[in-house]
Amino acid sequence: MADQEITLMKGNEAIAHAAIRCGCDGYFGYPITPQSEVLETLAEQKPWETTGMVVLQAESEVSSINMVYGGACTGKKVMTSSSSPGVSLMQEGISYMAGAELPALIVNVMRGGPGLGTIQPSQSDYFQACKGGGHGDYHLIVLAPASVQEMADFVDLAFTLAFRYRNPAMILADGAIGQMMEKVVLPPFKPRRTEEEIIRECPWATTGRIGGRKPNIITSLELRSEEMEVINLRIQAKYREIEAKEVRYEEFMLDDAEYAIVAFGSAARIAKKSIEIARSQGIKVGLLRPITLWPFPTEEVKRLAGKVKGILSLEINAGQMVEDIRLAVEGKVPVRHFGRLGGIIPDPDEVVEVLKSSF
Amino acid sequence: MTREEIIEKGQVVYKKPVLLNDTPMHYCPGCSHGVVHKLVSEVIEEMGMTDKTIAISPVGCAVFAYKYIDVDWQEAAHGRAPALASATKRLWPDRLVFTYQGDGDLACIGTAETIHALNRAENITIIFINNAIYGMTGGQMAPTTLLGMKTATCPYGREVKLHGYPLKITEIAATLDGTCYVTRQAVHTVAAINRAKKAIRKAFEYSMQGKGSNLVEIVSTCNSGWKMSPEKANKWMEENMFEFYHLGDLKDTGAVK
Repeated sequence: MADQEITLMKGNEAIAHAAIRCGCDGYFGYPITPQSEVLETLAEQKPWETTGMVVLQAESEVSSINMVYGGACTGKKVMTSSSSPGVSLMQEGISYMAGAELPALIVNVMRGGPGLGTIQPSQSDYFQACKGGGHGDYHLIVLAPASVQEMADFVDLAFTLAFRYRNPAMILADGAIGQMMEKVVLPPFKPRRTEEEIIRECPWATTGRIGGRKPNIITSLELRSEEMEVINLRIQAKYREIEAKEVRYEEFMLDDAEYAIVAFGSAARIAKKSIEIARSQGIKVGLLRPITLWPFPTEEVKRLAGKVKGILSLEINAGQMVEDIRLAVEGKVPVRHFGRLGGIIPDPDEVVEVLKSSF
Repeated sequence: MTREEIIEKGQVVYKKPVLLNDTPMHYCPGCSHGVVHKLVSEVIEEMGMTDKTIAISPVGCAVFAYKYIDVDWQEAAHGRAPALASATKRLWPDRLVFTYQGDGDLACIGTAETIHALNRAENITIIFINNAIYGMTGGQMAPTTLLGMKTATCPYGREVKLHGYPLKITEIAATLDGTCYVTRQAVHTVAAINRAKKAIRKAFEYSMQGKGSNLVEIVSTCNSGWKMSPEKANKWMEENMFEFYHLGDLKDTGAVK
């Protein structure tokens, strides 16, 4: 099958190809290492000549996220991508989109911080991605790919979830997933929605008052506190629904496990290798890999705490997801964290040593 | 008596545009916003673009512009309206897309978005209300505040040593290759209102003809911020603002293309 063709490419390139193929209407971005291949690949592919997708290099990440905000208002499928310092600049626009309840996709190919930090991989934006990031009470739907294949697959999934709940979604990758080359089966081509489809599917969108309908107004502003509380409660109810319905995770060798590693993205791949080494030494350990970081698989971690003797949170940061694990475990078993910082990737052997010394 | 009974047929000499709805405006008496809202509404109606207009409102006094003019609106973050407008116009190229912004929003926090949207030749229009002050937040110094002018954050008058110079962003816009029509107008007299309306019409038409970006500055009063009566504010504007912000077209390349 032609659309089952296996190709070799970087994670960042897979994001770009998947965007074109899933009917994305617009990409607005700004160069930053280690994610610049997304914009470069789109520019090279010229989708404006094939699918009609708009690709625009903005003057800053502040501007690109506000282009996404404007594009999302119109009911179109729009996205941006960046890396950690750029995503920090985007927090204003992301908060506005969450407040105005708009669907959009933001890709963060994380690098080490704080500040300008390093261009090497990191997972140190977990807090920013999962706990809001900008001002106000809000959440993004956060997907954590662990392979180039998942980079490609999660673009369509992220758009589907974003439109289902009218909420921005984020693909939280890291420099390793963005830069490494792997074989990938790209998703089949899906046409961009027609004007009629957008107007039917997004009756809230600012498309112009087609057919003489009442004006559509997209805003996150409401000065009356009583009304603003009602809006917040409605948004919070939506988050509870997402938590109930959209948790995604992968289990690996957990059936007979006495210990568990919880890890996402690149760290989960290292964990699988560590588990192989540990099991060859007689240590029964398995992996729980959250695919949605928000909503977090709280119930699954809680269940895990009832059957293993200890949980290790393996993250390429100083310990962020471990807080959510501890909240789920409620002190039932010891929870340890291990991570490397500054762009250093943990070594599988060193993880095994940590496992041995932790429990 | 009903409205229809009061207004006899053939007796109507003036009526407000249908797009300008009956919501009481929050603007201060004497403020220029109301007049400009009316002009924008009239032009959209006269162009037959009521069902094809997408407008972007700012942060500032005109933040609630969407309550008064019955077209589709997006309410932007402070200064970011031109970024929203750029994406919106590119995604819906046959729509009339314009932003409505004040001087704090456009010429200060949104300088980058303004300059780059204009220079990318986005086929949009920016309506720029310049009253030389931050109105909504209570009358603080703006980038456009004149030297010597007193505001809440330069209570002894703006001085170069402390605050630098007032910014003529419209002059900057006129130097950009991406701009098609750049003009500075006012709405303090009937003649000025008529000229401003023609300018807005021209800018909207160029936007729809794909001739590049358009900037219509309206030098305006802020009676509350300036602490003057509407009449005195108009006089002060004529004597001081127009000295620094000269009225008229700065650039019009639309007609020759």
